[in-house]
Amino acid sequence: MSAFVWLTILTALRILARNRMRAGLTMLGIVIGVAAVIAMVSIGEGAKRAVQAQIATMGTNVIVIFPGVTSASGVRGSQGSAMTLTVSDALDLKKRIPLLADTGWAKRDVMQIIYGNRNWNGPINGISPSYLTIRDWSFTSGGPFTQTDLESAARVALIGQTIVGNLFEPGEEPVGAVIRIKNVPFHVIGVLAPKGQSAQGADQDDVIFIPFSTAERKVFGTSFIGSVGAMFGSTDQVEDLPMAAEQIREVLRSRHRIQTEQEDDFTIRTQVDIGKVQEGTSETLTMMLFAIASVSLLVGGIGIMNILLVSVTERTREIGVRMAVGAKRRHIMMQFLIEAMTLSLVGGLLGIVLGVAGAKLTTLIAGWPTIISGNVILLAFSFSLVVGLFFGLYPANKAARLNPIEALRYE
Amino acid sequence: MNPLIECEDVWKIYRVGDMEVHALRGLSLTIEQGEFVAIMGSSGSGKSTLMNILGCLDQPTKGRYRLNGIEAGNLKPDQLAGIRNQQIGFVFQSFNLIPRTSALENAQLPLFYRGLSLKEQRAQAAAALGRVGLQGREHHYPTQLSGGQQQRVAIARALVTSPSLLLADEPTGNLDTQSSQEIMKILETLNRDEGITIILVTHEVDVAAFAAREIVIKDGQVLSDRVTKERPTAIPVGG
Repeated sequence: MSAFVWLTILTALRILARNRMRAGLTMLGIVIGVAAVIAMVSIGEGAKRAVQAQIATMGTNVIVIFPGVTSASGVRGSQGSAMTLTVSDALDLKKRIPLLADTGWAKRDVMQIIYGNRNWNGPINGISPSYLTIRDWSFTSGGPFTQTDLESAARVALIGQTIVGNLFEPGEEPVGAVIRIKNVPFHVIGVLAPKGQSAQGADQDDVIFIPFSTAERKVFGTSFIGSVGAMFGSTDQVEDLPMAAEQIREVLRSRHRIQTEQEDDFTIRTQVDIGKVQEGTSETLTMMLFAIASVSLLVGGIGIMNILLVSVTERTREIGVRMAVGAKRRHIMMQFLIEAMTLSLVGGLLGIVLGVAGAKLTTLIAGWPTIISGNVILLAFSFSLVVGLFFGLYPANKAARLNPIEALRYE
Repeated sequence: MNPLIECEDVWKIYRVGDMEVHALRGLSLTIEQGEFVAIMGSSGSGKSTLMNILGCLDQPTKGRYRLNGIEAGNLKPDQLAGIRNQQIGFVFQSFNLIPRTSALENAQLPLFYRGLSLKEQRAQAAAALGRVGLQGREHHYPTQLSGGQQQRVAIARALVTSPSLLLADEPTGNLDTQSSQEIMKILETLNRDEGITIILVTHEVDVAAFAAREIVIKDGQVLSDRVTKERPTAIPVGG
């Protein structure tokens, strides 16, 4: 049997080599289908991974709470415009919800920063020290400020890479330098490690952190002391996020004395929610790609069936001879099935080469990240095999059912 | 010992539309092992139908056909294929070699379906080509061979399985006189020296003259059956 299979495969390859043009055109559908799947999935995976990496820069298991919107005679302000969230909310949440590992708060404003003869307009964030751990900020030099700095409203600052690039000479050490924010001098005590773009595309490194109390009293000139721009919480387990979010909602509603029929005056977003939105987009894309690839493989399969039907007709006499010398039905069947599968497999292999090359080229030219997964290659490969098998069945069966006498007489 | 071929009251009836065509009408025939028989008859006499039945390519509508003691009338298509592979070698008028395939691979073909190893297939096919005088031409393609040589490849293909019966359907029909003579001499030698039973269908008298027995078919029945050549009693097939 194995000698039979090997020789049949060799024969099939020889027939393909003999009709290179025809075989090539027949395989085109499969080649394009497989190449499309591999290239697109690689690009899709790359994009997905990049988005996941961006979401991961938010921190680990983060919950963000924004204040609600202001409403003056029915005209609503932008999200976060209300001053409903306070430092005491954040402290109380941590006390009352054991699921929360920590809570932090922040308030931001864009202001001019001056160092020497340079200036830059960047977002100044007054934060609690816990904010840094919740959002996973690390340092390239220096380090964070402490609870004491917060309590004493110390004039210390942590600056992001974009700020460093805009205010300092290349190679100059920012730690120890004194910068001025709204004319108030601050000691730079830490340089933040880069995070890159956020999932929304904002530059996360264009940032300055100063203690919340310092910001309130010396920089922002806030009229409503204690109100925060946003609160942050984190849990130890990612599974705890929805539960923690629900508990936060309950605590905040009772603290803010919101009646049952009233809407929340805040918005809660967990890292999982944000990830889901992004995943949804890439899933739609993946489904579309699979639809395109399926159509392509279907067309390719029909092409294979068509060419095999032609081949069966052309070689009717040969089939007759084979039957006369003792080929059983399954032998004839196998011969054409193997030919169909050889066509689709060679097509599949070419498609894989083309798809991988396409993905690499995309990375090279467009600079998009691509991830070529072995699973997709395996899937595309087995898919082309199944296509060959499926669309080879009808012609193979037709050949095997020929009457040897009529086949031998066929002109 | 059983006769090689026993036909008893064989009928073959085709249905073409509403018409029934009686190709064979109660034909009976016995052929012993080692015989060299020529079957003659005009076209439409039923000799092709008879050949198809003898070659296990077809089955009788009525009556019995036994080959080497095996009742071939009620076998399934794959079983018939097995019998053809084991017992019968075919030589056709139009050679029927597989195109763009070497002489050796053509001669290998029946062994291919026996599931022999490639090495054995090659060795036996090369030996068969040697027996028909085609040493050194194993790797020629049909288009590189003359008609006579192509027919010799076909004979090698028929011989390679050591069949008990060799069926030659107008084997010289597409050949010139000289090639015809060569082919007939090969068949004659195979019959005389190796005791292979040969049934030859022809309408050429000088080709039929190589056989030792001449059966004429007309209207689906045996019209005449006579021994044309005295020959030694049948040599049993070796093995």
